Amino acid sequence: MADDVLSPLHDEHVALGAALTSFAGWQMPLRYTSDLAEHQAVRAAAGLFDLSHMGELAVTGAQAAAALDYALVGDLTALAVGRARYTMITADDGSVLDDLVVYRLAPEEFLVVANASNAAVVATALRERIGGFEARLEDRSLATALVAVQGPAAEKIVSGLTAPQDADAVTGLKYYASVEATVAGLPALVARTGYTGEDGFELFVPAADAPTLWRALLDAGAPHGLVPAGLSARDSLRLEAGMPLYGNELDRTTTPYEAGLGRVVRLDKTLPDGGPLPFVGRAALAARKASPPARVLVGLVSEGRRAARHGYDVVAGPGPDSPVVGTVTSGAPSPTLGHAIAMAYVTPELSAEGTALAVDVRGRREPVRVVALPFYRRAR
Amino acid sequence: MSSIPENLMYTAEHEWVLQGEPSTVGVTATAADALGDVVYLELPAVGDVLTAGSVVGEIESTKSVSELYSPVSGTVVAVNDGAVADPSVVNSDPYGEGWLLKVEVTGSGPLLTAAEYQAFTQA
Repeated sequence: MADDVLSPLHDEHVALGAALTSFAGWQMPLRYTSDLAEHQAVRAAAGLFDLSHMGELAVTGAQAAAALDYALVGDLTALAVGRARYTMITADDGSVLDDLVVYRLAPEEFLVVANASNAAVVATALRERIGGFEARLEDRSLATALVAVQGPAAEKIVSGLTAPQDADAVTGLKYYASVEATVAGLPALVARTGYTGEDGFELFVPAADAPTLWRALLDAGAPHGLVPAGLSARDSLRLEAGMPLYGNELDRTTTPYEAGLGRVVRLDKTLPDGGPLPFVGRAALAARKASPPARVLVGLVSEGRRAARHGYDVVAGPGPDSPVVGTVTSGAPSPTLGHAIAMAYVTPELSAEGTALAVDVRGRREPVRVVALPFYRRAR
Repeated sequence: MSSIPENLMYTAEHEWVLQGEPSTVGVTATAADALGDVVYLELPAVGDVLTAGSVVGEIESTKSVSELYSPVSGTVVAVNDGAVADPSVVNSDPYGEGWLLKVEVTGSGPLLTAAEYQAFTQA
């Protein structure tokens, strides 16, 4: 904890009275006031998140796209400038090293955003994998701050701070697209991406500009109900939205297929001559896709408030001798739904919607039911 | 940091005891703040006999679960059903409406004065 990196917004969090926590080697705000209040504010109005701990890796050069096609499971050549893509980087055996969002900023310029906990691993793997291409990697993580505004009021708040010549581009930004814009007088990369299931923006600025942007967003957002929100709310929001968290739903024992994210694996990506494009993990992933899965990620809902947590057993039924049939990957009470929810890996035969199962919550077996993900979808 | 009521005794497990006949037991603001929003309480039943220092229940928040230790030995004569129904009261009023149990006390574990508890939490 004493060696933790401080966010460029550390002083802001301290001034706001945040409870700080050590996360992936960074001191980050866990909550400012109340997990529930921050969660609910994002669903009803807006929340402001400091995500400066995430990794930002710039991959540039004449063969940047081809290099990323080889290094990652997705098709980055097909990604248009100004668009973003959710993808993954796997090991040779197809197991997930990290899930990523990749932004194409120019024909030969990509920004790869990695989880804080995997930033170093991803940077090392990428550097190695792009070595054979005319491309280079620059780790901009420590120089870059990332702030997210998430919630139905996000567009009003962010566009209200955007320079007039950029305002239309920001309000018109499609989901998973990005644009360079001046916000709060600062040059920013504005992306319509997020991890909450609400509309929202993620803004990348040089670290030194972060406090100015943060304070401007707080001021502009307050009349709209915006509050600063910490990692605790971030986790309960993404869980409701059915989004995976590396270390829970994704890890070195899972391929994208078990997590229900096989769509990110582009076995169909081709070389210019039309032949199959080799990429790291290809053979293992093709084999994985061709064979029946050993386990499937499902959503579980319970009637009550006691939440199953990461690592708890999923059992066939509430009886004391019911066999273990799976493992909970994430679980918490759902502030929006009013009951406990969880994601879990179970055997495929038990993964159909409506299947009645149970979870072992510290010795007590609580009944649950399988549901399709996500638990929550915003009104459009 | 909120002030610590002078008229209560405290434990190293962050419970408080209002001594009397019966005594009242709850958890401190330090505990409630560390837990975050309390969403579920698992408490003993009226009539249960408690032993000081043993785990008698659980306090669950959005992010974590903490064991509830009994600071005293004795018989439970009342349980705060209001807190069970709305656990947020443990966060909003831990020393008042957030009380958890009333116990006919027959013995006690080590207790700290307010000053000693204050020093303990700041150590």
